[in-house]
Amino acid sequence: MVSSRVQVSLIAAGLIILGLGLCLYKAVNLGFPLFPGEYRDVWTVESKISFRPSRAEAVEVELKLPTMLAGWSNVDEYFASSGFGFTVIAPSKDNGFESRRARWTRQTLERPTTLYYKQQMFRANQAKALPDLPVSEVSPPLLENDRQAAMARLVDRLSQQSSDRESFTGQLLQEFLRQSPDQDSLFLLGSYQEDSLVVIMDVLAYKGIPAHQLRGIVLEDGRRRQTLSSLIEIHNGVKWVIFDPQNASVGLPDNFFIWQRGDGAVLNVVGGRDSSLEFALVSNSLPVKTVISMGQRSEQVDLLDFSVYALPVEQQGIFKGLLLIPVAALVVVLMRVLVGIRTSGTFMPVLIALAFIQTTLLVGLIIFLGLVGVGLWIRSYLSRLNLLLVSRVAAVIIVVILLMAVLAVTSYRLGLDQALTVTFFPTVIIAWTIERMSILWEEEGGHEVLIQGSGSLLVAVLAYIAMSSQIISHLTFNFPELMLSLLGVILLLGKYTGFRLSELYRFRDMGSPQEPRL
Amino acid sequence: MINLISPFKLRELGILGMNRRNIGLIGTYNQRCNYSIADNKLATKSAALSRGIPVPELYSTVERQFQVRAVDEQIQALSSFVIKPAQGSGGKGILVITGRDGDQFIKSSGALISISDVKRHISNILAGLHSLGGRNDVAMIEALIDFDPSLKDYSFEGVPDIRIIVFRGVPVMAMMRCATKASDGKANLHQGAVGVGIDIGSGQTVAAVQQSALIAEHPDTGIGFDGLEVPYWSQVLNLAAGCASMAGLGYLGADIVLDRLRGPMLLELNARPGLAIQVANQAGLRHRLAQAEDIANSTDNQEQKISLARKQFTQSKQTEAQLALDIY
Repeated sequence: MVSSRVQVSLIAAGLIILGLGLCLYKAVNLGFPLFPGEYRDVWTVESKISFRPSRAEAVEVELKLPTMLAGWSNVDEYFASSGFGFTVIAPSKDNGFESRRARWTRQTLERPTTLYYKQQMFRANQAKALPDLPVSEVSPPLLENDRQAAMARLVDRLSQQSSDRESFTGQLLQEFLRQSPDQDSLFLLGSYQEDSLVVIMDVLAYKGIPAHQLRGIVLEDGRRRQTLSSLIEIHNGVKWVIFDPQNASVGLPDNFFIWQRGDGAVLNVVGGRDSSLEFALVSNSLPVKTVISMGQRSEQVDLLDFSVYALPVEQQGIFKGLLLIPVAALVVVLMRVLVGIRTSGTFMPVLIALAFIQTTLLVGLIIFLGLVGVGLWIRSYLSRLNLLLVSRVAAVIIVVILLMAVLAVTSYRLGLDQALTVTFFPTVIIAWTIERMSILWEEEGGHEVLIQGSGSLLVAVLAYIAMSSQIISHLTFNFPELMLSLLGVILLLGKYTGFRLSELYRFRDMGSPQEPRL
Repeated sequence: MINLISPFKLRELGILGMNRRNIGLIGTYNQRCNYSIADNKLATKSAALSRGIPVPELYSTVERQFQVRAVDEQIQALSSFVIKPAQGSGGKGILVITGRDGDQFIKSSGALISISDVKRHISNILAGLHSLGGRNDVAMIEALIDFDPSLKDYSFEGVPDIRIIVFRGVPVMAMMRCATKASDGKANLHQGAVGVGIDIGSGQTVAAVQQSALIAEHPDTGIGFDGLEVPYWSQVLNLAAGCASMAGLGYLGADIVLDRLRGPMLLELNARPGLAIQVANQAGLRHRLAQAEDIANSTDNQEQKISLARKQFTQSKQTEAQLALDIY
């Protein structure tokens, strides 16, 4: 017993010191800030170019790289080009608005291939406007007679409803957003057989309004397989104005990152087919200081930098959540070993807490209580049907999913978007919770259900509070080595033989006999 | 303001806490590989039978779902029986049938249930509903204990059983658990059953506690606990101490019932006995465990261990003197 105790203490002390030491080293020598100061959202965008080779041809892939506009600032970029010749082509001097291009080349290629371009950037200045562009001559599109006529009628009608170029564009976008556009627009859409954006650009050209597309990415944290979307920029005679064709609103949306300003393809693949360009996005809140020094540092201390930033973006997003789980586990250990709260299922509270992170606390609590309550009620009926246990739990699982669907649909109809997050609850866990609770109810009475149920919820809420704290997520993500210290603390707690808080209450009368003994 | 006791005071009283029990006792003295006998009532029973330790008679077992259909015939002939899961924990899943009313069965609470209810109960047991970790389990059909009439009034409906904590073969502390109306005929202290601390030396009452408050008489039957003396006490202690070597566990709880005809019988063993026994005895376990350690180190003889324990752990002066004479 002594030896195992000593072992645990030594290992735990080693782990705690190692974790804290690494953390301190990073903080002092590498300048990682221990405490979050002013934050910037740093977006990591991973562009994934996939294509299949055409037969026996040299492959040349050219990707236009984004120009940092609208206050965005580049932190770091990285190209993956195994087996390809690779160059970055700087824009020619005489055309200031052309962007850099990345070019991958290879003589022969057999397999379908994926190329990566990863980039980290943040928005240093929200308010910064786009630089001015020279207005070029607008040439009307060449059209067949019937289309020309339809377009003329459409432009005529829209011109009567509008006073200037801006309002014309607004009207035009509205026209194509409407559920039932008029006959001319329908005819144009039908005969173009293309995206409505192409029609819109042609109409603008027909009207003589200088316009071009803004290609870019709608920024969404944790999003994978995002594709390029487009905005429209027109010149109103004085300056350029941006429109969003999705909702006809004016101005650059905050969550839109401009990849390319102007028409033309972003990706060119010669010698390949079925090419696609997809983006994976993840956003990290990082202190300004870190952001600024990140570029230089990553090259100097690659080996020592244990931070999760080294991973591909898709995994970073996953790890962001995973790294929080040890904190929740610690909360469970503390609550059970030091306080003595009874929970139903040892780590069930962690799963509930993870669901709460997705749903937000109040909504999550309401949904959870609702699901378990209705589930218990239905389970009490199932128990009368005399079913085998496994089928009964399976039945409860299906009922829970049905309840989730009903809840999601009705709340969506009612306009309560939050309830849609119900899907983040682990169905099987909820079904088992219902089963356990109902057995508990039958055997030990509602009192025990209340104790264990509220115990689980209390621990889940505490774990949620710990996991959603900004300092804790800052520390776990930037200093994953602290997990070692956490492990050490949990090992030590595993050897704690003192009293639990609940026992101080349980044995409260032991010290002072109330009556003379028998 | 919630009334709490200081941890220092608790330590001074020698109260054993859950964490210390788990690490210092269960983790240290109970080898994992030896749990199988205590955790499986069927294994407990066969081990006990091979050592001549009396246990309630086993009528039959149901191991597979298809056998549940055949249960009809088996139990039609029985007027009373008990169905329990072999690997149930904390008294879960025990169905006590005390009699018949035509086709219906009478539960210990007086409620009537049908044969299909009984079968459903067996199905649930087989599926592992009451077992640790939900493992598939075996249902045992046993004889109902014809319990000793001298203890009849101390329990409401259920059978009063005697829990004895045995540490390294030394009986350390004992209590009787008496069901009440509040505990729904069950012998679980946290559900409101009465815990009666029993003096290791004499088998007489030390204190009686319900929901951690001292009481003098049974809340339902009104009988006073002060006159209580467990019959066959030295047999009971012998039986409990014998279980320790049988199960190979250094720290265990033996649950014993007194049958009218057959005397003390082993009901089940518990490899993780709870802490409520300290409240029932109004005494902590830790000092006694330290003494028991000395006793176990001084002798390997079971009878000597028991007599030393009876002498050291008694709380009545008279018994102490009496036992002192017995030993020398």
